[in-house]
Amino acid sequence: MDWMAWTWPTAAFFATIAALLITFTVLAIRFPETPRTGILRIETTRGDRLFITLLGSAFINLAWLGLVGEHQPYALIVCLAWAAAVFRWV
Amino acid sequence: MDKPTNHKAWFLVLPVLVLVAFSAVIPLMTVVNYSVQDTFGNNRFFWAGLEWFEEMLRSERMWNALGRQLIFSATILAIEVPLGIFVALNMPKRGVWASVCLVLMSLPLLIPFNVVGTIWQIFGRVDIGLLGYTLDRLGINYNYTQNAVDAWITVIVMDVWHWTSLVALLCYAGLQSIPDAYYQAAKIDQASRWKVFRYIELPKMAGVLMIAVLLRFMDSFMIYTEPFVVTGGGPGNATTFLSINLVKMALGQFDLGPAAAFSIMYFLVILLISWVFYTVMTNLDRKGG
Repeated sequence: MDWMAWTWPTAAFFATIAALLITFTVLAIRFPETPRTGILRIETTRGDRLFITLLGSAFINLAWLGLVGEHQPYALIVCLAWAAAVFRWV
Repeated sequence: MDKPTNHKAWFLVLPVLVLVAFSAVIPLMTVVNYSVQDTFGNNRFFWAGLEWFEEMLRSERMWNALGRQLIFSATILAIEVPLGIFVALNMPKRGVWASVCLVLMSLPLLIPFNVVGTIWQIFGRVDIGLLGYTLDRLGINYNYTQNAVDAWITVIVMDVWHWTSLVALLCYAGLQSIPDAYYQAAKIDQASRWKVFRYIELPKMAGVLMIAVLLRFMDSFMIYTEPFVVTGGGPGNATTFLSINLVKMALGQFDLGPAAAFSIMYFLVILLISWVFYTVMTNLDRKGG
């Protein structure tokens, strides 16, 4: 695996994503749900909302890096707020 | 009676998952790993943190390439979509000529990208190309290797030549699915040609048109081979689109870190746009029943 140039932070990042995917898969199997329509006027399941959260978080981090440029971990707080909003209203 | 449920069918998807992991997921993970490190070769890496992302976000070269890319995609969509619809509306509906038209329209789609590039590269040359030579003889100052506007026109016309057929064929398929009864009803109501298009043909084409727009947008947003063969990204950087810029960075300069950071941002933009298109398309399907 040397050629993949692994580092601890990137491994932790992918492990978190994998854990989220596994958790949401288990949730989908154990507690099936019907899609709901939120403020975006589109039908979403838990998985869809996770996707929107992750994609949005990537852009939030990039925007923070480009506009603020320091204290990057604080961007994660914005991401958590974003996640809460997506899961509540989308 | 309860319907038996089990998830064993998921194992049938396993081969595809393995294939996608090898061809897409593992390379993407490697790109993420590269994006936070620096290397001087020999597969030795040094931690760089978010430096490359910061550099890319402040890189004028990247923003310029993105701007050019957006202008290019918007221009070809603005030309190819109306032109494709116009061609589809005027194609014969049935008979021998319908088949002849279909074959002729498919031809440009079957030509490999680099061959299309080579065709236009030669076609536009002032010394030996039919187009370049003719324009030169007509007294029009045309030279795509030196003039940025000429290079842009050549690349856009080439894309329109190559891909309008796709939009036309998809729209044609949409039009063919409209039952004659709709047209007969419109005739009884004395609907104008515009109203037939606006209230019968366009709504029936909406689904395939959306697919056409998505395909053309994605393809044009990732375009590499054709403009690279014709202009090589020049003159200067005039036709250096995102992927040409990326290849120059990753393979030309071997700046793996910045190129990886750039790739990830490129990927995120494409992912976002694909998701928006996909959502709009599935919603359209649902509304259309």
